[in-house]
Amino acid sequence: MLAFLVRRLLLTLPIVWIVVTLVFGLIHLVPGDPVAQMLGEGASVAEIEGLRHDLGLDRPVLEQYRTYMTGLLRGDLGISFRNQETVASAILARYPATVKLAIASMIFSVIVSVPFGVVSAVRRGHAADRAISLVSLFGVSLPNFALGPLLVLFFSITLGLLPVSGQDGFLHLVLPAVTLGGSTAAVMTRMVRGAMLEEIRQDYVRTARAKGLNEPAVVFGHALRNGLLPVITLLGLNAGSLLAGAIITETIFSWPGLGRLTIQAIFARDYPLAQGCILAIALTYILVNLTTDVLYSVVDPRIRYD
Amino acid sequence: MTEFLRENRLAAAGLLIVALLTTAGVFAPWLAPYDPADQKLVDRLEGPSWQHPFGNDELGRDILSRVLWGTRVSMRVGATVVLLSGLAGVLIGGFAGYVGGKLDTFVTAVVINSLLAFPGILFAIALVAFLGPGLDRLIFALTTIGWVGYARLARGQVLKVKTLEFVESARALGASGMRIFLSHILPNIVQPVLVQASVGMAIAILSEASLSFLGLGITPPTPSWGAMLNDARNHLFDAPHMVVFPSIALVLTVLSFNFLGDALRDWLDPRSVGES
Repeated sequence: MLAFLVRRLLLTLPIVWIVVTLVFGLIHLVPGDPVAQMLGEGASVAEIEGLRHDLGLDRPVLEQYRTYMTGLLRGDLGISFRNQETVASAILARYPATVKLAIASMIFSVIVSVPFGVVSAVRRGHAADRAISLVSLFGVSLPNFALGPLLVLFFSITLGLLPVSGQDGFLHLVLPAVTLGGSTAAVMTRMVRGAMLEEIRQDYVRTARAKGLNEPAVVFGHALRNGLLPVITLLGLNAGSLLAGAIITETIFSWPGLGRLTIQAIFARDYPLAQGCILAIALTYILVNLTTDVLYSVVDPRIRYD
Repeated sequence: MTEFLRENRLAAAGLLIVALLTTAGVFAPWLAPYDPADQKLVDRLEGPSWQHPFGNDELGRDILSRVLWGTRVSMRVGATVVLLSGLAGVLIGGFAGYVGGKLDTFVTAVVINSLLAFPGILFAIALVAFLGPGLDRLIFALTTIGWVGYARLARGQVLKVKTLEFVESARALGASGMRIFLSHILPNIVQPVLVQASVGMAIAILSEASLSFLGLGITPPTPSWGAMLNDARNHLFDAPHMVVFPSIALVLTVLSFNFLGDALRDWLDPRSVGES
């Protein structure tokens, strides 16, 4: 187990380094002078030169890179040029809201996908299976920026059941979580169905039935436990993608998380803050993937020996 | 093919909708009843009517015309991104798999794995955020994230095909390495690439709409479904029709390309039927 963990960590380190380097390089992609663009029209030459010096952009690129990397190791991501606070503290202030939203959407995806996927597999070819498959197919094709407004239209405006925005309490969390987790729930329903169809055909399920176990015990006690293995991986992979999806969902619902901060930073041309946000999302994505791999190897020891 | 489509209704529906969308995209200038940028403020936020079947937006522009022109934009971005990323991915991934050794390790372990370590849409957002919005930059960003999937697929396929006997016999007949790669191996990996291209169209169209929704993609007044949905957000209470029609167009398009991808896979590889 330890050897697997070390090998997996060693494989992750170069990827982290490349991602950090790519994010560092982003500011150099800005056409023209990034500092002049940050300050906008009407900024004096002295102001531009002053900010360029403050951001360290007047130094050679290699030196900028060295400073960026050593700063990063100390947790220093620079200063937000608009708010005059450290990028790290701005990110930390918004991070919990995004994590809360991502966890809520994952819970929603599991609550929806496991029962529907199981029913769809057990009742294969019946009306229930067809209905679930059709809805999940639509769910996969419906992006969150279309789903969100449609949910608001139906549940908030037409029925008046749920609030449109805000962050106080459970009810405010429902629409953003469903919007963010909608397509994950659809993908996972299809995945659970596929995995369960595979398991139901296995010999051990036939044995369980032959020894007289009732159907719920066979399905939930035997088949589902094995069928959920690939679903855990998918859930882990999607947990990372949810963070990227949060950029759109948080924009729709004015949710005060990292995704909305990223978009605000981009539109304010606050490049250090935008770089920090993108890095934070990317690193979280890598960390979640790593954790998923490790967890998967705990659940299914065969992975460690591949 | 006809028999396959007759038996597979979803595939037929997918093909039909894709054909309709392509026609709508190509002939949008003639099909659209109004100029998509033409503003009539007196008609702003008007609901569907005989004159404007999809209603009007907040500037009084005809939504049907904007949806039709949006089809043109979506299909253009999708086709260009799929073509460029497919070409780049197949050539880079395929060549790395064919040559093997250090080049293959570099392309797979360093380039492909690093790009896959990023959620694709985040990388596209990052690129467009710093490069600035616009059609060419959007296509560049989507191609940059899109080619990796094709490269991984092509590499895997080439590794499989290059050990087959017909490649060995071509080599025995004295064909050069480049000739074997271009004339013998590439034509034999086209099928799975076509399936990926169909799903790739859906992904590219969705990504374009996502970036335009965030205000980072197509710039106004060019109509884009994503940008239309962003405009609609501010008028959910007074003009709900603004959100409905671009959503339907987007979902139908993505769904039909997904159907087409599934159908192509089943048609080209009948063994896969019933697996999912």
